[in-house]
Order: sequence, then C-alpha cells, then structure tokens
Amino acid sequence: MDNIAIVGVAQTKYAERKKDKTCADLVFDVTRAAMEDAGLALEDVDNVVTVSNDFIDGRTISSMAVGDAAGAHDKNISTVEGDGAFGALYGAMRTLGGFGTTLVVAHAKGSEGDVKFITNGMFEPIYQRLLGLESISSSALQARMYMDRYGLTEEDFARVSVKNHANGKNNPYAHLQLDVTVDDVMNSEKLADPLKKLDCSPVSDGAAAIIIANESHISKAKTKPVWVRGMAHCSDAYLLGDRDLAVPQSLAAASKKAYTMAGINDPMKSIDLVELYDAFSYMEPMWLEGMGFCEAGKGATLLDQGVTAMSGALPVNPSGGVLSSHAMLVAGLARIIESVLQLRGEAGQRQVENAKTALAHGINGACGQAHCVWILGNQKK
Amino acid sequence: MTTERDYDKLLTVALDKAMPYDWSIGLHGSMFFQEIRENQRFVGIRCPQCKKVYVPPRRVCGPCYTEMDELVPLSDTGTLRAFSVVNYPFIDPNTGGQRPVPYTYGYIQMDGADNIFSHIINETDVSKIEVGMRLKAVFKPKEKMQGHITDIIHFDIIS
Amino acid sequence: MAQKVAIVGTGQTDHKSHRPDVTGQEMIREAVDRALEDCGITIRDIDAIVIGNMDHFESINYVDNWSIEGSGGFMKPIMKVTTGGTTGASVAIAAYYHVASGMFDRVLAIGWEKNSESDTTGAIITCSDPIWDRFSYSGAIPSLATEATAYMKQYGATQEDAARVAVRDRNNALNNPHAHLQRPITLEDVMSSPMLAHPIKLLDVCPRTDGACAVVFAADGEAQRLAKKPAWIHASAVRHTYSWFGDSTDYDAGLVSLARASQEAYKKAGITDPSRELDVAELYLPYTYAGIKWIEDLKFCGRGEGAKFVREGNTNMDGMIPVNPSGGVISTNCIGATALLRVAEASIQVMGKGGKRQLPKVNKALATGFGGCFWSDVMILGAERS
Repeated sequence: MDNIAIVGVAQTKYAERKKDKTCADLVFDVTRAAMEDAGLALEDVDNVVTVSNDFIDGRTISSMAVGDAAGAHDKNISTVEGDGAFGALYGAMRTLGGFGTTLVVAHAKGSEGDVKFITNGMFEPIYQRLLGLESISSSALQARMYMDRYGLTEEDFARVSVKNHANGKNNPYAHLQLDVTVDDVMNSEKLADPLKKLDCSPVSDGAAAIIIANESHISKAKTKPVWVRGMAHCSDAYLLGDRDLAVPQSLAAASKKAYTMAGINDPMKSIDLVELYDAFSYMEPMWLEGMGFCEAGKGATLLDQGVTAMSGALPVNPSGGVLSSHAMLVAGLARIIESVLQLRGEAGQRQVENAKTALAHGINGACGQAHCVWILGNQKK
Repeated sequence: MTTERDYDKLLTVALDKAMPYDWSIGLHGSMFFQEIRENQRFVGIRCPQCKKVYVPPRRVCGPCYTEMDELVPLSDTGTLRAFSVVNYPFIDPNTGGQRPVPYTYGYIQMDGADNIFSHIINETDVSKIEVGMRLKAVFKPKEKMQGHITDIIHFDIIS
Repeated sequence: MAQKVAIVGTGQTDHKSHRPDVTGQEMIREAVDRALEDCGITIRDIDAIVIGNMDHFESINYVDNWSIEGSGGFMKPIMKVTTGGTTGASVAIAAYYHVASGMFDRVLAIGWEKNSESDTTGAIITCSDPIWDRFSYSGAIPSLATEATAYMKQYGATQEDAARVAVRDRNNALNNPHAHLQRPITLEDVMSSPMLAHPIKLLDVCPRTDGACAVVFAADGEAQRLAKKPAWIHASAVRHTYSWFGDSTDYDAGLVSLARASQEAYKKAGITDPSRELDVAELYLPYTYAGIKWIEDLKFCGRGEGAKFVREGNTNMDGMIPVNPSGGVISTNCIGATALLRVAEASIQVMGKGGKRQLPKVNKALATGFGGCFWSDVMILGAERS
C-alpha cells in the first residue's frame, strides 16, 4: 500500500448562526484556505469528495449546492453522507487507489434546520420514530446504561465538560468559550436525565476541508506532511435494543484494526494525544475505553488521574472537542484537522508538546453506532 | 412470495409532516431581493475572469473558480429560452398539498445575463407560447414583499 | 499503485412498482443474498460495504446505519455515498476505490430505493435550490423536456425518433426476468400515450420502481478465485459539472458532463472508437430523447446523427453497439439502484451471465449514470485483466 499524507487543512470558526454565508460560501472559504495552507493551486487537486447530509441541509442531493464552491466543476467528484471522518476515509482510499491529491470538504449549518427532527430521522420509522427518540434522548439512555453498568456518577461526566470547555478557551475556532465548573454543569438545565445542558455539545454552523496527497504527489505541497498511519471504520447493529449501549464494540474493532495498520501494540504508549467525538460528556470516557486506553468502566478514572489533561500523558481533546463546537458532519473532520495542527506543531495555545502520533475519531448514527478511527503521525512509519 | 389474499393484510405507516428549515439566502442573494423591493429590477453578478453575468448573483464562478463581487444592475425583462406546461399532479414540498396544475415553468434569460433564471410564465395555452418570446416580471406590491422568490409573482409575455 | 479490481457477482430484486410485502431492509437483503450466491460467498466473506439511495424518498436519515440488517453490515465497515440519480454509479466507483486502495479484498456495493414510499416528484423537487428554484420547479420531466425541445429544434429530430428508443428498451426488457415493465410496446403505443410535458409522453419516461441491486467487487487474485470470468474495471470517470440548474442550459453544447466523463474514461481504457470497440452499453437513459442525443456525447456517432444511428438499428441487440439489453431505465427505475444496475448489467454481459439477454461476445462494456444537475458518471468494464 502507498503512503499518503494530509498536506493541507482549513476550518471556519464555529458559530451558532452564520447568517451571512450560505453552505456554498462556507465551502468556498475552507476550500480556498486549505489549498492556500498546502500551497497548492486548484489544478494541483485532481479530485474532490464533498460531505453533506440531505436532512441537515433540507435538500435532496445536498451535494449539488457545493460542487462549484469546492472547485469541482471539471473534476472527478463524489459525496459521502455521514461524518467528515468517513468522508476523509473515502478521500484517503481514492488517494491510495489512483488519484494523486484529494480535497475533502464538509459543511453543516445546524442553525437552518431543526436538529431534533433531523436526528429523529435516524430512528426506525415504524416502531421507534414516533416515540420521539432523537439525539439527546437516545444518548441519555446510553449515558444511564453506562452509569448503571460501572457505578459512574453525573459528576464524573461533568468533569469532562469542565476539562473540555477549559481547553476550548485556547482554541480560536471554538464555538463555545466558557469558564465552567462542576457545579455549573450540575446546575445547568436538565435536558434528558441524566444529561444536562452543559453535558451536551452546542449546535454549530461551520465547514472544514483537508487535502490528502499520495506520496508521489507530496513534494508540491509546502506544508510538513502529516502521514496517515492507520485508519478503519466499523458499524454496530442498528436498533438500540440490539446493542449493548455501554460497550462500544464497533469502536473497539475499528481501533484494533487501525492500530494494526499503524503497527501500534500499546496505544497508551504510542499515542500522544486524542481528538475524539464527544457529542456528550459521557462519550469521552466511554470512547477511551473502546479505543483500548483503559479497561471497560475505567475511562473516568483516566480523567481523575489527570491522564487526559493538557499536562497529562494522553491529552484528550486539546481543541475543546465536540463539546465546544459541534457542526454536524464537520466535527469528525475537525478532529483530524486538530490532530494535524498538533502534529505540525501549529496548534498555538492548545499545542501538546512533542506530539508525534495522534488519534482522530468520528462517529455516525445514534449513540455512536459506527466509528471511524484515524492514526496520524509526523513520521512516515 | 406474497399472494393476492395476503396483500390486503399488509400495513403501512404514513408521515405527512413537513420538516421546518430556515435557509440563509446569503449576502448576494439578500442584495438581489433588496433590489427587487427597492427598485423592482433584477441584479446579477459578473465574473472578473470570463465576464459571464449570473442571475441570481452568487459568490463563485464555477468554471473559473473565481470570487465575484461586481454586481450588475439588470432590468425586469428577458427572453424565454425554454418552457414546459406542467400537467401532471404532484405534492408540492413547499406547501405539503397538491400544486395547482396546469402551470408553465420557464427558463428565462434576463436581459444582460448569460445564464438562466427559472420562474413561472403567466400563460398555460401551449399554442400561445414560443421560445424566443419577450417577457417582463410582475412584482408584488412593495409593501407585501418579504425577500422571497414569490415577490416576483410571474412573468408576462410582452411580445 | 492502485490494486486491480473486478466485479465477481451481482444480485437484484425482481423489480416492481410497489413492494408492501417487505421493509426497505428486507428488500436490500434480497439483492445482497443474490449477489453473494452469484459468486458463491457468504456475508462473512465481505470486508466492507458501500450503500446509497436518496434520503427524502423514504425519509430515512443515516441509511448506512439503518440498513445493517439488510446490508449485512453488522460489525463491518460501512459508509454511505449519495449523489442523486448518479448514486448507484457513485456507489460502484466507491466500492472500486475501497478495493483499489488495497484496504479491502471483497466489497459489497448496494443501491436501493422504495419509490412507492413517497411522492417521487415531490421528493425530486426538494433537490432544487430552496430559495431560488423550488417554488417553480416541477421535477425532472420539464427540465428534460426543455433539453428535448432544444435538440429537436437544432437537428430536426422527431417524436418518433425518440419513441424508437422506448420501443427498443421496453422490448429488450422482455428478455430480463428482473425488469419492472414487461409488456411489449409499439411505436404507436408511445406516440399515443398521454402528453406529460411537451414533447415528453408517458411512455417516453422511466417508471418509478421499488428495487435494490448489490454488486461484489474483488481484488486481483481473489477475483479470479470467485468468478470464472470476472468483469475487470478498466476505467471510471465522473463529472458533476453544474451546481445551478440555470447554468446547465446550453443544450447546443450537448450533455457536457457525459462528454467530458466519457472522454476521460475512454482515454484511461485506451478506447478511441467507442461504437466499434465497445461491445455493449448500459446507459442511464431516464427518457427516450436521451437515447438519441446523449449517444452523440458518448461519441457513438456524430453530432445530430443520433436519431439516424438508432433508426438504422445500430443500437439493437444485433447492431454495432447494442444499448440496454436489460431494458434500461425506461423499463426499471429504482433511483438509488438505477445506475448500479447499469454497472451490474454491464458486468453480467462481460461475465456471460445474461441468459436470454446475453450478447454473444462481450469484451468491453460501458455503464453510465445520470442525475443531479445534468451530471454523469461513467464506468468501463472488460474481460481482460487490466
């Protein structure tokens, strides 16, 4: 298999409502910025993968709105509907399978649709959808199951929110820039027990783009390449009742595969930082368990021991994570971008010292049904 | 395999609720609707590279991949480039009900523009419509305009 | 270096206008089972899955996640690729890259649609821009009607010229046990069918169908093991040229996206004289006029010669370049599956599994997809490992 690397990245600042920009405007902004970052011209990019969702955009063939803006007028193009980490994965496959340089761009304007309707649309239409299940209430079920299984408390989750919001203050792109205490989280509005408002990510508008190049095409780019060392994705069963919601087995499978591809035996030893998809506070410890950084039920202990803090052995979500900015679909791509900035040593105030290997992560579907895991490194192998 | 007798026992679940959206028109589109309201005329945007004028105005010229910012005032008249008198019934996603038919869907080249603007032509008798006819936009009264495509009621055939 | 890839198995449902006897997942499962059986493997042998359809046709968000029971994706890598009418081809191309990348050896591509579950035109209208076009837009037929009108005016083609395409495809469908419409038709039937939007009549357009298609892609080495005669992917190319309906209306220029995509694919596959070098074409022709006009963009014949080319029988089963032995889109249209069916049918011809619709000697086959804003996807398959 060839070597491929990420040579350009760009993201918008995430915000509640970008009324001055259409989806196409956002895509144009980040597409140009990613090419500028890479030092590449449009003719150096030989194909494009856009990422969009028809429910979020309120438009069938949502990709139709952004082809021009992504510079794809006369290029090979395709569209992944799902999280941007999956879109990037397809972009990587294309770069391994014949193309030289692939642009992947994702956008979402959560402000324009009704997120409860949109995420209610994930659920089974005959038996479940009419119950009103959507993203928050289904995640509340998962959080409750997780607490019950391992004796975790709401405070355990509140501490994740406190850490990530503090990190978010170092990230100029973050939507929320909040000073938050455990009490603030505990006293924030209860949305769906046990989840409170500050356990939940905001709904953001934003876009992000990356450029992936085959090693054969890498010399044209001016940036320090960030190598794709491993990647994998995997899906669990669909119906929530068919899954053990407290055990992310599809994440465990994807992580294992990505580690094997990257030649990693002990992730805790080999990985310097993690950017994961914490749409809700409880997800961070749960995903860390799935990724094999600790035993089942011990994710919260990592936080308590300071392991996941900026000064710890494994900083998790230095960017402030999805809890600080949640443009749907974009968020997984943003995890990759944040990892790239870390590995290039360009993460500013949120920089993790001596970061050489990072894990970036995206999810699809309710309660993390499907996961996508990326291992990135600033050394080739 | 399902037999005819089984067929009557098969059930379906219906969903007939529209999902709400609040789409941003963006900077250029907002200027278009403001110009319609203030001056009852169209406005397009010119690509600095290929010089094509697009209406409605938008930010990027796809073929040139160039940012556009030169707004070009246009009139309220144009030429019919293609049309179709629509006779078949269908659910209108804008309303959730049946769209009234017949109506005439028109591809209109606004004077001074290089691309096509789509709207409705105020004539449903096929024998009275021809490609190449001259058209003029009919606007809502200014006080009733709301920055929406229906601020233009339809296009009249003027010759 | 890209890994060489071939199609080794295909499966499709017996297409119908309405399948209330199955859920979407169950319908997908029918196609998947047939595809696996076709190449003698089980779902355990599948390394990854790509699936596609159009969300608002069934109002299911995250179809890749929803599909698991039908697609067989439990604890497997699965992703959704969707690009409107071209979805099926985009899914096939994505499955190709899954294997070409070297990451997977056996990948399942799935396209499906239950058009009976929504108002198809109402759903298609939601593909138009919500601010500018949705108010006046009335679905695919009028924009195709405008293209047809412009073509007839430019080259003097007639409604009868287009009708011949429907007669050809619908009568070919009689040889395809999976086809949705299986009633023979005559030129008079087409001409006397109700006018939908001048000059398009009812029998000039595709039906709406419930159906699914699944195709197994395999890596070099594995492909030869799974199929006696694998259908190798020689090239694929895509152009989604326009973002705005109003920019795509220079009909005198032909179907720009198809001309550009096919040129790229021909070049990659080393084809210089397509109508002679290709042995069969499965074309995404959603309406009859495309059958005379778009074959010009594919360089089967010169500009303005499409009607004559079809009239002289060149695209018949015994002609120079048989088009749509399966009966094509005019006979079966389960939208998210439609372009994948073109790829599947082209590979069936290469693999020699076409039964009554099989052509005698197929070395190279072309499949196309159409949709979105006059977009085109192209794939070329061949018997030779390439």
